[in-house]
Amino acid sequence: MTATRYTYYPGCSGKGVGRAYEESLLTVFEHLGAGLDELDDWNCCGATAWPSVDEDQANALAARNLALTEQRTPGAGPVDLVAACTGCYRALVRAEHVLGERGPAAQKIGGGLASIGLDYEGRARARHPLDILVNEIGLDAISAAVVRPLTGLKVASYYGCLLVRPFATFDDQWNPTSMDRLVAAIGAEPVDWPLKTRCCGGSCYCGGPVIGVMPEATMQLSYALLREATKRGAEMIVTICPLCQFNMEGFQDRMSKRFNHPLDVPVAFISQLVGIALGIDEKALGIKRLLRWRLPERDPIAAGVGSAAEGGGDARA
Amino acid sequence: MLEPDGNGGLTSQPISTNGSPKIGVYVCHCGLNIAGKVDVKAVVEFASTLPNVAVARDYKFMCSDPGQELIEKDLREGLINRVVVASCSPLMHEATFRRATAVGGQSPFYFQMASIREQVSWVVADGEDATDKAKALVAGAVRRVALHEYLEPRRADVHADVMIVGGGIAGIHAALTMAEAGKHVFLVERESTIGGHMAKFDKTFPTLDCAACILTPKMSQVRSHPNITLWTYSDVVGVEGYTGDFTVRVRHRPRYVKEELCTGCLECIEKCIHKQGKFADEWNEGLSKRKPIYIPFPQATPAVVDVDPEACIWFKTGKCPRTCIEACERDAFDFEQTETFDEVKVGAIVLATGFKAFDAARMPEYGYGLYPNVYTSLEIERLLNAAGPTGGEVVLRDGSHPKVVGIIHCVGSRDAKHNLWCSKVCCMYSLKLAHMVKERTGAEVYNFYIDMRTPGKGYEEFYDKILKEGVHMVRGRVAGVTDEAASPEEEGRLVIRAEDTLIGSVRRIPVDLVILAVGIEPQPDAQDVRRTFNISTGVEGFFTERHPKLAPVSTFTDGVFLAGACQGPKDIPETVAQAGAAAAEALAMVDRGFVMLEANTAFIDEAACSGCKTCVGLCPFSAIGFDEERQKAAVNEVVCKGCGVCVGACPSGAAQQHLFTDAQIFAEIEGVLAYV
Repeated sequence: MTATRYTYYPGCSGKGVGRAYEESLLTVFEHLGAGLDELDDWNCCGATAWPSVDEDQANALAARNLALTEQRTPGAGPVDLVAACTGCYRALVRAEHVLGERGPAAQKIGGGLASIGLDYEGRARARHPLDILVNEIGLDAISAAVVRPLTGLKVASYYGCLLVRPFATFDDQWNPTSMDRLVAAIGAEPVDWPLKTRCCGGSCYCGGPVIGVMPEATMQLSYALLREATKRGAEMIVTICPLCQFNMEGFQDRMSKRFNHPLDVPVAFISQLVGIALGIDEKALGIKRLLRWRLPERDPIAAGVGSAAEGGGDARA
Repeated sequence: MLEPDGNGGLTSQPISTNGSPKIGVYVCHCGLNIAGKVDVKAVVEFASTLPNVAVARDYKFMCSDPGQELIEKDLREGLINRVVVASCSPLMHEATFRRATAVGGQSPFYFQMASIREQVSWVVADGEDATDKAKALVAGAVRRVALHEYLEPRRADVHADVMIVGGGIAGIHAALTMAEAGKHVFLVERESTIGGHMAKFDKTFPTLDCAACILTPKMSQVRSHPNITLWTYSDVVGVEGYTGDFTVRVRHRPRYVKEELCTGCLECIEKCIHKQGKFADEWNEGLSKRKPIYIPFPQATPAVVDVDPEACIWFKTGKCPRTCIEACERDAFDFEQTETFDEVKVGAIVLATGFKAFDAARMPEYGYGLYPNVYTSLEIERLLNAAGPTGGEVVLRDGSHPKVVGIIHCVGSRDAKHNLWCSKVCCMYSLKLAHMVKERTGAEVYNFYIDMRTPGKGYEEFYDKILKEGVHMVRGRVAGVTDEAASPEEEGRLVIRAEDTLIGSVRRIPVDLVILAVGIEPQPDAQDVRRTFNISTGVEGFFTERHPKLAPVSTFTDGVFLAGACQGPKDIPETVAQAGAAAAEALAMVDRGFVMLEANTAFIDEAACSGCKTCVGLCPFSAIGFDEERQKAAVNEVVCKGCGVCVGACPSGAAQQHLFTDAQIFAEIEGVLAYV
């Protein structure tokens, strides 16, 4: 198990809609001996609607965060910036590509950075926490740290549209498996399904409430995911994107009515489920922030080893 | 290479071998190809000021008869004795102008070309820059040609036998053509049977005639033809030599059965200790199982069984009663067989090494390997084949019959992520498969296409016929194949998601069977073959022809010809046509019995030779001898191929090469640099 500390980029969602994601990530990383240190003075990643308005400006925003990361860790070697939200992650990787091409856009952005005393040398690279968990800390180390194996829990991993698209940096573009392998490493049972990267509808929002702008389109998309996952026996969906999580979790009642199909499936962050398996207190994992959370009453989960004192599962059914 | 001609121009004696150089410079317009960018008049004016230039002219098409006549006339009238043509590339017309020089009465090597089309007008953006560069190249050529010496073209004998590599329909057709002309043909095939991809098909488009009926007679003709030596289970491991005189080393892999004794009675297969087939049958794309001893298909040629040592119990454990040996009345088994080698001399080689189908697993969005009822087109060909694993029935993996079938076109083709090219055959074979699947199963068939491409005799008519049969055509690239069911009718089926660009909406079409129309790719070892035969490939990996229009079956290595899909995607009619052309061109070469070679042999400047013998060992053709008494190397010009290895290696500059002497090269460089 590595004792590395990583520079961490929370993004706006880490402090807002994805608060539980940030809380659980920080706790789990610390627990596994790999701390996350928040990047000082970070700014918007430049995702959201910005690239549609001005790509250079959007990339400049991301570039500032990368440049700050390099400034924070002087030296010659590469330096990682862990971005939890997949939107941020994608925006940062895109900026790396644009800057790496050294074309007119890179020059323009470089000039902008220079005007505020910053420089991007190409050392900083965005990393996704899932990548760190699976490929740096390692599944063996995580398995070894599990005190409450989630044996028998059927979990569908939902990767969302952006984690492997358009840049497939650490997982397969069509059939990513890293989260499924992580689910297996903590003793649960991954549910194989074909919609791992199908759009959840979250991108139909443009700054407003997720389902607010194009409710019908959004609901159709999220519903397809929930229907397919549950049809294949998933008792829980885990994800790594704050928008996907909120979008799939928050409107199940409305979807139940709209599609005349009762839906009630917990949608959690993978870091939360890993934390549970590692025996971490639910409070430190932001479990209470979820709208639906339920671990099935089943041995040995309910009678779990580590947190048996808390009575296991049904905190907020 | 200097092509000989019929009018004996090359062998005419020169009228002058000495005298001060009087150079004629001819600048070609090439229509507007050159003149549209380069100021031709300015180049002529400039050329006339250069040293030793006696005549400078321009003409619209120097390669035309009147253009060549300009050169010949000036030579005959004694105005000039050396020639520079500023036009296209040596590859295109060096031979043409050398011939004109010879016809004019000079040695053809008193000629130098300046490439102002390929190297100037086609690639330089600015007209003034182009004119300047053209002037510089002309100046280089003028300085160089002034130092050219009198040389005679060389003649080399051509061996009468030929080799064909690859025994698909291309190799078969080329072999029979040449064998019928009386040439001895060595046909080398690496699989255990000839026939190639075509032998796997049931029917061929657009006539829907049975592939076996038109192919297998040709296969058996190959087998029995007195002029053909057929080597299956064999590959070419080395090629040495030169145009007209290749020495080819062929490896024969062991099949553990003596080919000359086996009659193909197949008794041994029956008696094999394995009662059932257990190993994936490659011939059937893995759709059936075979025993460790097997024959790919009943009409395999030669009809000889093979033992698969990976599967055979005897090879794996050394413990087997070997009932196969008992069963063989001819005593054909030889479990001690090892690789053997043959070395043959041939005058020409035809490469017909074919193609590989695109690996559908590289497009995971189409679910090949994930969903059992997603098949490749080659697998469906085997299912449709009467001699295939199901006797011609199209069935799903569970044995049931499909009610709805979707055929996805362009799998791996016309795709920036995979292969940019159109594989040319898929539209037509997809229509053929649509027809046959519908005929055999009565299923509804959907074809998902990007564009229908059906140029060819009877092809568009075939498309029309298939449309009238009620095959559904959906225009749009398929996004994916999924087993996610969004409605009750999708339940338990595969769903093809595609944008139908004709109705402007996204469709989900539930089907039972998906057929992926995989494209054509170069063979995975095409690069090894390229190196072995010293030819070139394009970026995509297909072998490069000498000229896409005017020399489509030749390569840059004289004496090596191309046939079939190793040169690019082709259907059967086109492949056969090209194979015939390759055979004819190879025949033209071997039948004449000789080729004319460049005069660019190496020679030793004895005064400079220190006797170090570096060149002697390096010469790949053993063309350099050593005079022990005088301690000097000597080049045998008859054997020298002009590769230049000794020239580059000689530490004292004694090894030189005709047409590439230091003086000539430096003069050309100085000429170019003086005017840039």
